[in-house]
Amino acid sequence: MKNRCRSCASGALSVDVIMRSRYNVRQDTEREKVIALAGNPNVGKTTVFNSLTGLRQHTGNWPGKTVTQAQGRFLHRNQPFLLVDLPGTYSLLAHSADEQVARDFICFGRPDATIVVIDATCLARNLNLALQVMEITGKVVLCVNLIDEAECKGIRIDLDTLSQKLGVPVIGTAARSGRGLFELKEVLYGVAMGQIEPAPPPVKYDEEVQSAVDQLLPRLGPLLQGLPHLNPRWVAMRLLDGDDPFLDSLTECDCAFEMAAKGEMALCAQ
Amino acid sequence: MGDCFPLCNAPVGHRVRVTDLQLEGFQRRRMLDIGLVPGTEVKVIRRSPIGDPTAYLVRGAVIGLRKNEASKVLVEEE
Repeated sequence: MKNRCRSCASGALSVDVIMRSRYNVRQDTEREKVIALAGNPNVGKTTVFNSLTGLRQHTGNWPGKTVTQAQGRFLHRNQPFLLVDLPGTYSLLAHSADEQVARDFICFGRPDATIVVIDATCLARNLNLALQVMEITGKVVLCVNLIDEAECKGIRIDLDTLSQKLGVPVIGTAARSGRGLFELKEVLYGVAMGQIEPAPPPVKYDEEVQSAVDQLLPRLGPLLQGLPHLNPRWVAMRLLDGDDPFLDSLTECDCAFEMAAKGEMALCAQ
Repeated sequence: MGDCFPLCNAPVGHRVRVTDLQLEGFQRRRMLDIGLVPGTEVKVIRRSPIGDPTAYLVRGAVIGLRKNEASKVLVEEE
């Protein structure tokens, strides 16, 4: 927030706002908190989106329904939130177009928090994505949706234990009926405002990988200044992977950040 | 432990368990993301009329795999 863009007429836009505008995120005010909504396909992401924002985005039960991100707003405790609905994905590590949209936004769109919606009826399947997001950023709220359907099937989920093990807030919801949405907004507020600091335990890799990561970390620190929510360990892992699409996005984002920070950005949101 | 064989050879209706993935890189990642982790139970649901692809039930979701993909997933009879 300290870095202001000097090329704007008012000089009032922060680097955050400029960088987010690259991902089509248009904030009404700078106070507005940007929240990303991620999850596997068909877990009820769009239903959660609609019940939070009061919008009526079209939902349908087929893959790839949400192609680009939709956005909506809501107010909680007088704090404005901008919710970005991402395409449903099973993973952030393979390279389909949908996955890349979701991943790039979580990495470079600078969300103040990310909600990962998971399906209570098949938790194991969904935790894959949740763990991947939690490795990228700690600012995660887990929304265990379709909890009513799970109950019908006799599945009981111990949300407290799940939250303890994962180190992030976990809320059970049935978005269709509105159950759990108030609690979801409460923890979201806490995480986005910095009152709650989730601490997912770091993923352990074998010694060889670990020492390679440790060698990279000191050099990565200064490069990731513009991406405070991004876990440097995870970026180091992508470097070791030789994940080219990610590295391209990272380079591009870093250049844009430098320019924005120096006030050399000709193209502003306004 | 029974004998291991490729998933594509499992007959329709059978339940098998994943023992190993003989894949590298992107393809391996894909299979793991789908939920084909060693130890996972897979049910063969149906095979398309020309024999390829085949539908499998993996962790509560139906997933279609081609023969060349399924041939690299090793399983054992439950």
